[in-house]
Amino acid sequence: MFWSVTQTLLGGLATTFQIFFFTLLFSLPLGLLFAFASMSKLKPLRSLMQFIVWVVRGTPLMLQLIIIFYGPGLWLKSNIWQGGETGRLMATVVAFSFNYACYFSVIFRGGIESVPVGQSEAGQVLGMTRSQIFFKVTLLQMIKRVVPPMSNEIITLVKDTSLARTISVLELTYAGYSFTKSDGLTWPLFYTGVFYLLLVGILTLLFNYVERKLDYFR
Amino acid sequence: MAILEVKNLEKHFGKLKVLEDVSFSLEEGNALAIIGSSGSGKTTLLRCLNFLERPDKGEIIVRGEKLFDAGQAAADWEKDIRRKRLHFGMVFQSFNLFPQYTALENVTLAEKLLAQERPDFKQHKKAIYEEINEHGLALLEQMGLSQRKEHYPHQLSGGQQQRVAIARALALKPDILCFDEPTSALDPELTGEVLKVIRGLADQNTTMIIVTHEMSFARDVADYLVFMDEGVIVEQGKPREVIDHPREERTKQFLSRYTQG
Repeated sequence: MFWSVTQTLLGGLATTFQIFFFTLLFSLPLGLLFAFASMSKLKPLRSLMQFIVWVVRGTPLMLQLIIIFYGPGLWLKSNIWQGGETGRLMATVVAFSFNYACYFSVIFRGGIESVPVGQSEAGQVLGMTRSQIFFKVTLLQMIKRVVPPMSNEIITLVKDTSLARTISVLELTYAGYSFTKSDGLTWPLFYTGVFYLLLVGILTLLFNYVERKLDYFR
Repeated sequence: MAILEVKNLEKHFGKLKVLEDVSFSLEEGNALAIIGSSGSGKTTLLRCLNFLERPDKGEIIVRGEKLFDAGQAAADWEKDIRRKRLHFGMVFQSFNLFPQYTALENVTLAEKLLAQERPDFKQHKKAIYEEINEHGLALLEQMGLSQRKEHYPHQLSGGQQQRVAIARALALKPDILCFDEPTSALDPELTGEVLKVIRGLADQNTTMIIVTHEMSFARDVADYLVFMDEGVIVEQGKPREVIDHPREERTKQFLSRYTQG
């Protein structure tokens, strides 16, 4: 029994990991884009970005997930997600990516603004181009400042993936929960905690490593 | 012929006039000191020369080449701005060293990036970088810092950081080296080592513009002195004449505050 439960949970873990991976893949660049938009010289763009961030941070991710998944069918009369496991997963990744991009954008903006303007001025008077200044001077300083808050968000994302079960995505928590109904077993649900802990443990080691690597300068 | 001519420079921040009708010239190999209280426009003047600010009026001419003419369209000015900037070097009050690079890397970074634009860069990359490193080492040695080449900025004292910053500015062989209050951010016991280095550069006839609050240093080292107040040049001339025998009332008032203190 233990082995078959483990196998089912590993299947759920694979889905959890997919949500996690694809959300990061899309939300990191999107977050940077949002960060630039929120610092734009164009006031309308800045205001729009502020509004989006307010709405996204101001409502539960679970609600956003429901709206993204059921919304098109309800209001556009066409289910763009095609039902099925893949469609549900896609809707999840879209909702998560947008949500996390908003949180990331605030962190990125803080990172960009925390690099003193003197750094880019020093680059300018040394005849560097804008992109040389960004990649050779400011980027690494920005990354260093952004790692601790980003590690927080990314670890939160690991556990937020369990919200996908609201739209019946068979991720880790749902897989564990299913045993309470089918076999009347509760321990598989608690057992899922071990997998989350492992995943977060690996991430923690990774972030510690990155922080140590960037420890050589201030 | 003067290496630098500044004509009728003017700069506003909104309604505030920061520079008004600033004109002076500088001979090659000479050191020009600019003195004046905070807010008198000294730093803005240096920032205009380094194209960190765009002046509203006036001209900047280096070796007979018009680098800036307010009559030109902004787009024209932007086009060649990188090349134009290289006529000037800049040493900031707060050093602005790049924290993630060692002292030597700070000095060589810009030169290495510029070398990438050379047509023979790909073929001779190694030799070119070696040459740049040697040049950087020589500069650090000149600053008395050859033992510190592998140190990161946070491992250096303020005086050492500022000397690295001077080496970094010298690396691109600017026509004119600008100092923006180079010792103002330093503890008093560290200003001496930086002033000594600048004095050494003056002895080698480096063309320099030094914004400073160190009156006795300005008097000893500068060949020419400008006193600014509220965005205008109030008085200019030989340092000893201006400092010891000021003609204008505003200069007298400013200097009396320093000699009393």
